[in-house]
Amino acid sequence: MTAPLLSIDNLRRDYALRGAGGTIRSLRAVDGVSLDVAPGSIFAVVGESGCGKSTLARIVMALDRPTGGTVRLGGDDLFALSPKALARKRRDFQMVFQDPYGSLNPRHSVGRIVAEPLHLLDDAPRGRDRAALVARALEDVGLPAQAAERYPHEFSGGQRQRIAIARALITNPKLVVADEAVSALDLSIQAQILRLILSLRDRHGLTVLFITHNIGVVDEIADRVGVMQAGRLVETGTVREVLDHPREDYTRTLLAAEPTLAVLGQRRRRASGAAPGM
Amino acid sequence: MLAIRNLSIAFPRPGGEARVVDDVSVEVGRGESLGIVGESGSGKSMLSLATIGLLPKSARTSGEILLEGKNILTMGERELCSLRGRRIGMIFQEPMTALNPAMTAGEQIAEGIRLHRGTGRAEARAESLRLLDRVRIPDPARRIDSYPHEMSGGQRQRVGIAIALALKPDLLIADEPTTALDVTVQKDILDILDELVADLGLSLILISHDLGVIARSTDRTLVMCRGRAVEAGPTESVLRRPSAPYTRDLIAALPRRARAGLGEEAPLAAGGAR
Repeated sequence: MTAPLLSIDNLRRDYALRGAGGTIRSLRAVDGVSLDVAPGSIFAVVGESGCGKSTLARIVMALDRPTGGTVRLGGDDLFALSPKALARKRRDFQMVFQDPYGSLNPRHSVGRIVAEPLHLLDDAPRGRDRAALVARALEDVGLPAQAAERYPHEFSGGQRQRIAIARALITNPKLVVADEAVSALDLSIQAQILRLILSLRDRHGLTVLFITHNIGVVDEIADRVGVMQAGRLVETGTVREVLDHPREDYTRTLLAAEPTLAVLGQRRRRASGAAPGM
Repeated sequence: MLAIRNLSIAFPRPGGEARVVDDVSVEVGRGESLGIVGESGSGKSMLSLATIGLLPKSARTSGEILLEGKNILTMGERELCSLRGRRIGMIFQEPMTALNPAMTAGEQIAEGIRLHRGTGRAEARAESLRLLDRVRIPDPARRIDSYPHEMSGGQRQRVGIAIALALKPDLLIADEPTTALDVTVQKDILDILDELVADLGLSLILISHDLGVIARSTDRTLVMCRGRAVEAGPTESVLRRPSAPYTRDLIAALPRRARAGLGEEAPLAAGGAR
């Protein structure tokens, strides 16, 4: 097996919560999470709200520090790096957020938005070189190069999410962390964005940590999946192992709660079965 | 029970108007659950707002919305007020914003009961407690005095349902009632709605973008796209044998797992999300 690109070992994150009367209690948002992501693969973390999946994403992006444990990217322990070395490293990992409306500055042109992470490079390209990079990033996500001159409000939700992905790709990162990146999109648009992410993996060998609450999306996009509950990864494996042969009760509960068309025709039977009176 | 006939809704725009609902007709019978499915901008929420007379003032309407023969579109504000709550209860997507943050769960449920029915304080509280139990809030005797911020999203939505039920309406309209909730919580909320239809004989209009939710909880389905009704019929046949290309596209865009139940009948299995 090739060395993992991303390796998370026994990661913990505690938060101090101030309760009534100044009492302090500790909340363990991430509790001993370990996972490896091979280069060129998509690893999904699936869980419900409050399970710690977004905290995990923030730590991998070095937007938050862990209480314990390590995050290694390409072998480097992110939190052992000097601030300067970490700043240099940031070009290697980029993020795509959930909300395609809130995550793009409405006052900036798309070209300026997409070029923004270029400041992370030592010799950030200027002028014509910069424009060429922006054009290539836009074309990579299926948008015309001329989109650079326009503004976010001129684009639909799906197009905006493509812009956010172009921005994440412009430094040619090794890892992209996508936090609920398709959750706010209509189904038909969601399917298009998932296809785009798969094609970026296949064309560029992109590695993705894909955070989601949606099991159906995991099945479409991920190579491996970790199921997260109350800060812990309760089950990890290939998508086929975990979704087709879940070992944990919690995974089974999640799978059973997912609304699917398999229930068609069962409705009247079930409704007449459960009938506690008013 | 409810008949919508040739309903159109438009808003004035510079140089014309924007038609958000275009000549839609649909009926809901007593004890029946109607799903309205569509993507954003399909007009499904405008249709539901029109049904409880909550359209923005600038809206221009034509056609009829008949509730047991009376046209909601021509009612005055007083008539509409007694209709809302008493005849039609509404459940919203985001229970945090639909609830009053400064009132306890019990006070919000009791408010409508006291206002519309002139019930005394103690009796309204007892009724509120019964309703909280009906929507299966854990520990209702304690929750009745909780404020919205002290509750989880699922508990808030249960309170939202209790408020909608308080005046014993004949029709419930639920606009994306589980979209903001976790799937395990969503299941509980849909179970409650199913029971209300089955046990109390309520009619339900369930608006959702999620075909899985529609499949699970509705008898008949109306598919909307850009303000138009593209297809309507029994839910099972609409989803198993869609006649409109738009419905077929919606089903094809579902993750494979979600449309797995269609088996070999899947209309576009090859063209799906991959």
